[in-house]
Amino acid sequence: MKLKKNIATSEAGFVFNPGTGDSFSVNQTGAEILALIKQEVSPEEIIRILTEKFEVEADNAEKDLDDFISQLYTFNLIER
Amino acid sequence: MKEKQKSRSIVVAVTALNAIDSPGPGIAVIRCLREDPEFDVKIIGLSYESLEPGIYMHDLVDKTYQIPFPASGTDMLLTRIREINEIEKINVLIPNFDAELYNFIRIEDRLSEIGIRTFLPSAEAFDARDKVNLAKFAEKHHFTIPPYRVIFQLNEVKQISENLGFPLVVKGKYYDAYICNSIFEAEKAFYKLQAKWGVPVIIQKFIPGTELNVAVLGDGKGNALSIVAMRKLYITDKGKAWAGITIENSQLTETAVRFVRATKWKGGCELEIMMSADNKPYLLEVNPRFPAWIYLTAAAGQNQPAALAKLAMGYELPEMKEYQAGKLFIRYSWDMIVDINEFQKISGTGEL
Repeated sequence: MKLKKNIATSEAGFVFNPGTGDSFSVNQTGAEILALIKQEVSPEEIIRILTEKFEVEADNAEKDLDDFISQLYTFNLIER
Repeated sequence: MKEKQKSRSIVVAVTALNAIDSPGPGIAVIRCLREDPEFDVKIIGLSYESLEPGIYMHDLVDKTYQIPFPASGTDMLLTRIREINEIEKINVLIPNFDAELYNFIRIEDRLSEIGIRTFLPSAEAFDARDKVNLAKFAEKHHFTIPPYRVIFQLNEVKQISENLGFPLVVKGKYYDAYICNSIFEAEKAFYKLQAKWGVPVIIQKFIPGTELNVAVLGDGKGNALSIVAMRKLYITDKGKAWAGITIENSQLTETAVRFVRATKWKGGCELEIMMSADNKPYLLEVNPRFPAWIYLTAAAGQNQPAALAKLAMGYELPEMKEYQAGKLFIRYSWDMIVDINEFQKISGTGEL
């Protein structure tokens, strides 16, 4: 799982795709997940980090991460 | 600390000073020229009407002269430019209106004889990208364009509209376009465009998608020296970008490179592209001059108008490769207050 080349992200949760000009806002959790994806951290490891940091069960964290990643696919921000 | 001296003084004449709701590119071109670190420019504005805002922008335009409307022909234009040149000794002339370009292309050599350099496309390249000829051009050079028809009479609107299907875009010969959803709307648009720009009128199938523009500078030998792409973020009811953002997109770059190679385009131009939902770039139009948003190219790191002035002056320039994606422009309106004496002077004497 890899963000597309040149996708710009900020700590505040702003995401800009320079290939299309699309921009998006994500919440703090989304920004943290994006930062982890950028560092090429595996989905399993992201789930572990989320369960450590937030009061969330692994099953729920996995489901939320799947939803988030499918949105990243939809908006063409992640390599297929 | 002493400011670095600019190395060369040049006089540049620029047209299209109408910074209104459908703005001409002149003011943006002038801003670019003034920001060039090498040139110390004196700007001569060339205007058609007394209410073109640039005439009164004295911090940007040093002196303005009125010139005859394009319909007056090349002899009158040349006579007027010669008069102005006697006073101003123009080095470079940059015309920026579609409707005047053909005249300037025709007198290019005679301007050169009196020391005025231009950097304009050939008449052949200019004609090839004309809206009326775009289908032939696209077919020859394998560009994807929306289906369209060129019409001369109102009674053609109905059948062609039915063949193409709604929605469709009815476009003027030089400027203006209306998205129409019925035969009634298409006929109304035909009347308006015929009255304003004459015939032919173009009826084009509407392609839904993202509107993208590319500003390009060709060297006349088939090379694109600068390509800067912009996505429209805010579009006025006239279809003009009121805000936009630079993007980097290989499909757009490739389209621009192919266009310049095919036409050996010399000078500035703007490709209007609709990126369809399935990511296919449709070439809608090619404007044969810089767009009104050209200052964004300088802001993003590729000052196309300054480069054009240098090419006109005979400089050899390398291809500009990098620019900053994610740079926005946001246009705004500003009410200038002008003394009646100034208006009287430009209206009465043809200069200010």
